[in-house]
Amino acid sequence: MKKQQYTRRELLKGGGAMAGALAMPSFFVRDAWAAEFRNNPTKSGKVVFGFNVPQTGAYADEGADELRAYKLAIKHINGEGDGGMINTMKPLSLKGNGVNGQKVSFVTGDTQTKADAARASAKRMIEKDGVIMFSGGSSSGVAIAVQSLAQEMGVVFMCGLTHSNDTTGKDKRRYGFRHFFNTHMSGAALGPVLEQMGNDRRAYHLTADYTWGWSQEGSIKDVSEGLGWDTVSAVRTPLGAGDFSQYITPVLDSGADVLILNHYGKDMVNSLTQAVQFGLRDKQVNGRPFEIVVPLYSRLMAQGAGKNIKGIYGTTNWNWSLKDEGSQAFVKSFGQEYGFPPSQAAHTCYVQAVLYANACQEVGTFYPPEVIKQLEGFKFDGMGNGPTEYRADDHQCFKDVLVVRGNENPTSQFDLLEVVEVVPRKQVEYKASIFGGELGPYEV
Amino acid sequence: MDAFILQLLNGLDKGGAYALIALGLTLVFGTLGVVNFAHGALFMLGAFCAVTLQKILTLSQKVKDESITFFDAYKEQPYLEIWFGETGTTIIEWSVPLSLLLAVPVMLTIGLAMERGLIQFFYKRTHAQQILVTFGLAIVVQEIIKSFYGANPIPMPAPPLLSGTAPIGEFLGIGDVVAYPWWRLIYLLFSFLIIGAVFLFLKYTTYGMVVRAGMQDRATVELLGINVERRFTIVFGIAAVVAGLAGVMYTPIVPPDYHMGMDFLVLSFVVVVVGGMGSLPGAVLAGFMLGILQSFASTNEVKNIFPGIDQIIIYLVAMIVLLTRPRGLLGKKGMMES
Repeated sequence: MKKQQYTRRELLKGGGAMAGALAMPSFFVRDAWAAEFRNNPTKSGKVVFGFNVPQTGAYADEGADELRAYKLAIKHINGEGDGGMINTMKPLSLKGNGVNGQKVSFVTGDTQTKADAARASAKRMIEKDGVIMFSGGSSSGVAIAVQSLAQEMGVVFMCGLTHSNDTTGKDKRRYGFRHFFNTHMSGAALGPVLEQMGNDRRAYHLTADYTWGWSQEGSIKDVSEGLGWDTVSAVRTPLGAGDFSQYITPVLDSGADVLILNHYGKDMVNSLTQAVQFGLRDKQVNGRPFEIVVPLYSRLMAQGAGKNIKGIYGTTNWNWSLKDEGSQAFVKSFGQEYGFPPSQAAHTCYVQAVLYANACQEVGTFYPPEVIKQLEGFKFDGMGNGPTEYRADDHQCFKDVLVVRGNENPTSQFDLLEVVEVVPRKQVEYKASIFGGELGPYEV
Repeated sequence: MDAFILQLLNGLDKGGAYALIALGLTLVFGTLGVVNFAHGALFMLGAFCAVTLQKILTLSQKVKDESITFFDAYKEQPYLEIWFGETGTTIIEWSVPLSLLLAVPVMLTIGLAMERGLIQFFYKRTHAQQILVTFGLAIVVQEIIKSFYGANPIPMPAPPLLSGTAPIGEFLGIGDVVAYPWWRLIYLLFSFLIIGAVFLFLKYTTYGMVVRAGMQDRATVELLGINVERRFTIVFGIAAVVAGLAGVMYTPIVPPDYHMGMDFLVLSFVVVVVGGMGSLPGAVLAGFMLGILQSFASTNEVKNIFPGIDQIIIYLVAMIVLLTRPRGLLGKKGMMES
């Protein structure tokens, strides 16, 4: 038997051919990404983000602020302006030249803070405008509705302002990600504040009758009843009731000594104004001052309640007065661009756009399953809330939560909320399993 | 008993607001035969008369907060306070009642301009066309207001003297639980005054008598050489003033925003229909009745038996009334039925 002899040249050639053969599947898979997902920018030659925010209706001002933040984010992603929080974000893959070498553009839509209108707008963005990702909104009802559309259509949705546990709980979706905190975290953060009020308090809830209100009521009840409080009553109020007098007067003779207003935006402004009007702020029950708590504050809308917010406790996702490097960079960038500070809605939207762009850059593709995997479990810092993690199990961001109080002595027209405590992330964390839900598949 | 009195007061208060808006609406319908879907916008414009006056009175000297460098943040002190001290502060605090003086000429002008500039061209059109054009006008008006004042509610506090609660329980000798905001009581009183004034005007002045005669039989009144159209134009202006004044006084109760007129529009139409189209006493009666019913339907006791009843009670009552009395509570046969 003749022994086969190989020259060094033949071995190198053979090795090269073998390596090529082994690399072949991934080569084809990469091409498959390019060919087989909706609105592939490599194919269409354009990277378009869709910003679906309330441009009409009660949350139009908040929507306008979200849009300002998105425009700023696009500038920074494309390497224009001062860079904002891209300068402080760690780890960062973006290079200041767009995403994966392509400049990013955007289209906008109007959610009207209505689930059906928001879905129609998002669908139009996906089908007509070819967006690779869409983001925004000021309502949990809207977020849950468009998140399920995102899953159906295979386009990533980066939530705007949505606070219901359901968004990343029973209604969570693989294609939806939430940076904003939730009602469970608000409850956990407010726990020590409620405890300071006493362990034998009697709470009366007025609750907006939709997913967010129910979620907020449940979270505060869990905490307050855990402290030994009684829940005297929990009354559901129609969204946009305007005059809440018929719901407030029963509080007067209910024996309650704390009123929890599970209302947001215009409802919060109206119910708080009217609660103060009915003398609840000055009321004494069993020798103790009657307390009002607003679990979720919006600085932008709290302006409408004027002096009535003074001394009232609540929570917020972020506030422009924070002094960390990331917040300062964002406030500087936003303030110089628009002449006033950003709202918490603006902050969360800016972060969401940058996080998505960064994930695409990191994996070198826009293929949604790969981008989703990159975002799942992603740990980052320098974005205004301290070390933050996008939990893989439910796509909920975990970070520090701010407990705020209506400022008694504001130094300016923007100085409405005073940060009384930055509650560490570990105090507001919980197991993803407690809220159930299924994320769904990567491939759709 | 305490809860009953409080809900009754709530109902009367709501009813006062409904009746005031419905009064103008039914007045316009009864005289001009126009279904004015822009009437809610007139209520909102009245509220923004108060907002505008408050903005004027609180024009401020701005002291920059030097600790903030990324944008301009100011601590503001109104010039009125700088120039006149406590007197200036008091003037600002009373800006809502003072706004009534501004609202009368402004709303009268707006009402007359609206009628002469647009509504008069739709007298002979169908009600559907009237609804479309006036609804369109309402949207235009509210978007203009939004572009100037934003979408957020604007705080409009009542004067401090009228901001607390009235110890009604102590007055009645039933304890101190029943306390009701002074401003809401004033609003109720105000609505009675305005409603009374409109009725007196229509019943006891020659002008009012001609208007009522015109509502009954326009052709005959015109045969007497009276320019009914001009009178009705003035009536439109009066309706605008009534809606505007209601809007001004409502601002401390619910912080105004550009959409507040739409919030009241549908309810007001239900009130008018339940009361009887074109019937002034009907509008007032239905306004108070529906306000009180809505208030009691919102109590926990009622909601425990009929969940969600607070959100449908008005429409439920409207259905029952229209089934049993198709012309509404006080609608007259032949009135606007030609």
